[in-house]
Amino acid sequence: MLKGILGPFLAVLRRDLMLAWRGRADVLVTLAFFIIVVCLFPFGVGAETNQLRAIAPGVLWVAALLSTLLSLHRLFAQDHADGTLEQLLLSPEPTVLWVTAKVSAHWIVTGLPLVLAAPGLALLFDVEQGALGVLTLSLALGSPILALLGAVGAALTLGLRGGGVLLALLVLPLFVPVLIFGAGAVDAYLGGTGATAHLLLLGGGLLGALALAPFACAAALRIAIE
Amino acid sequence: MMTETQERLRHGRSILRFAAPQMFYPVAGVLAPWFAGLAAVLAAIGLWIGFFVAPTDFQQGEVYRVIFIHVPAAWMSMLIYLVMAFWAAVGLVMNTRLSFMMAQALAPTGAMFCFVALWTGALWGRPTWGTYWVWDARLTSQLLLLFLYLGYIALTQAIEDSRRADRAGAIIALVGAVNVPIIYFSVQWWNTLHQGASVSLTRAPSMASTMLAGMLIMALAAWAYTFAVAFWRVRSLILERERHTEWVGAELDAQEGKA
Repeated sequence: MLKGILGPFLAVLRRDLMLAWRGRADVLVTLAFFIIVVCLFPFGVGAETNQLRAIAPGVLWVAALLSTLLSLHRLFAQDHADGTLEQLLLSPEPTVLWVTAKVSAHWIVTGLPLVLAAPGLALLFDVEQGALGVLTLSLALGSPILALLGAVGAALTLGLRGGGVLLALLVLPLFVPVLIFGAGAVDAYLGGTGATAHLLLLGGGLLGALALAPFACAAALRIAIE
Repeated sequence: MMTETQERLRHGRSILRFAAPQMFYPVAGVLAPWFAGLAAVLAAIGLWIGFFVAPTDFQQGEVYRVIFIHVPAAWMSMLIYLVMAFWAAVGLVMNTRLSFMMAQALAPTGAMFCFVALWTGALWGRPTWGTYWVWDARLTSQLLLLFLYLGYIALTQAIEDSRRADRAGAIIALVGAVNVPIIYFSVQWWNTLHQGASVSLTRAPSMASTMLAGMLIMALAAWAYTFAVAFWRVRSLILERERHTEWVGAELDAQEGKA
């Protein structure tokens, strides 16, 4: 039973990861974008250390949000162009299953590097060392939510003219709660109230998104292909 | 064509027969002017009460009178989103075309009310708080609601195939509806965490009864306006979608004959 579910899941996951690995340069662009956006802020707001420290969580989170957005169109576009998506939809495997696999692969490729790079970048903003763990954890819990919500938007805008801008308009308002709790976790830790509540809410949000978003995404893909 | 006839026979005289665009088109045409008239009358009464009858507020002076437009617009903007999501869900479940058209007919009105609420709020905030905008929870969630409306409208406009546009729009409307409470509470929490602000939206709980009456009448006017505009808009949508059918041709010929 479990094997019947895990088999197709792992097959799609492996395929997407391998495709990403063979086109490494594409993937690294997302990470580079994240780093550059973060590094632009001191030029914009000034290099005053206290100020940088105050805005660091927000800057990192907004940058993570934007780089997620930038990478989303790649989630289904290639498979849509070469017909793989149609074949997957025709296959007897449950759509929700391979959609979850694709989103997981996408997060491993585009989200995980951001999570790993974040503590290093936070040091550039002179964030207190104790808060680095909270920041990383909040991104690790929050960025999969962004990928899951974004996948719904990516499926809805699949193959549309000006899809990229439209995608931003659709998903950015939905990202706001994640941003609030993600950046809020670090602020709460630094403020002394503890980040547990924020992190628990992010975790709950992740479970909720994991349970619901693949279904919306599968429905959206079926609409886009039919 | 066959299925449509069968469906009509099956439903017989039930209320569901109005789910067919062809049946709903004349009904909407009859109802819309009545609601428009009602909206005009109610708005006139409401504004008259608001500007001439209701007493001046002892704290805020004359500025408070903006609530007669502001509050109904804010209520309406939230309600319309729920109604829109409801029609989207009905459309997805029952596969009725008219439900999708209804959702699309409501969206611009909802966005308009959202904008009006924000705009009048800014005009009220300037003399009262000394600033056009604060990052208050309510203001922020209203702004995000406007973005949700714009996203829905942009998505349904960007897709040319009307069937796909309907369904894709329905999904984003539902995703948005699930997120609206989350957004609302998260924004509220964010705000209370950051606060230290001197500004609060809570007013004195007691409100002169004429003020309340004026506001409620204006809210009813907003309802009637929404019905009228949505009916007119859905009529245009029906004509556009059903332009290949015979009855639309006959209808347009008849209108041309009248004019």
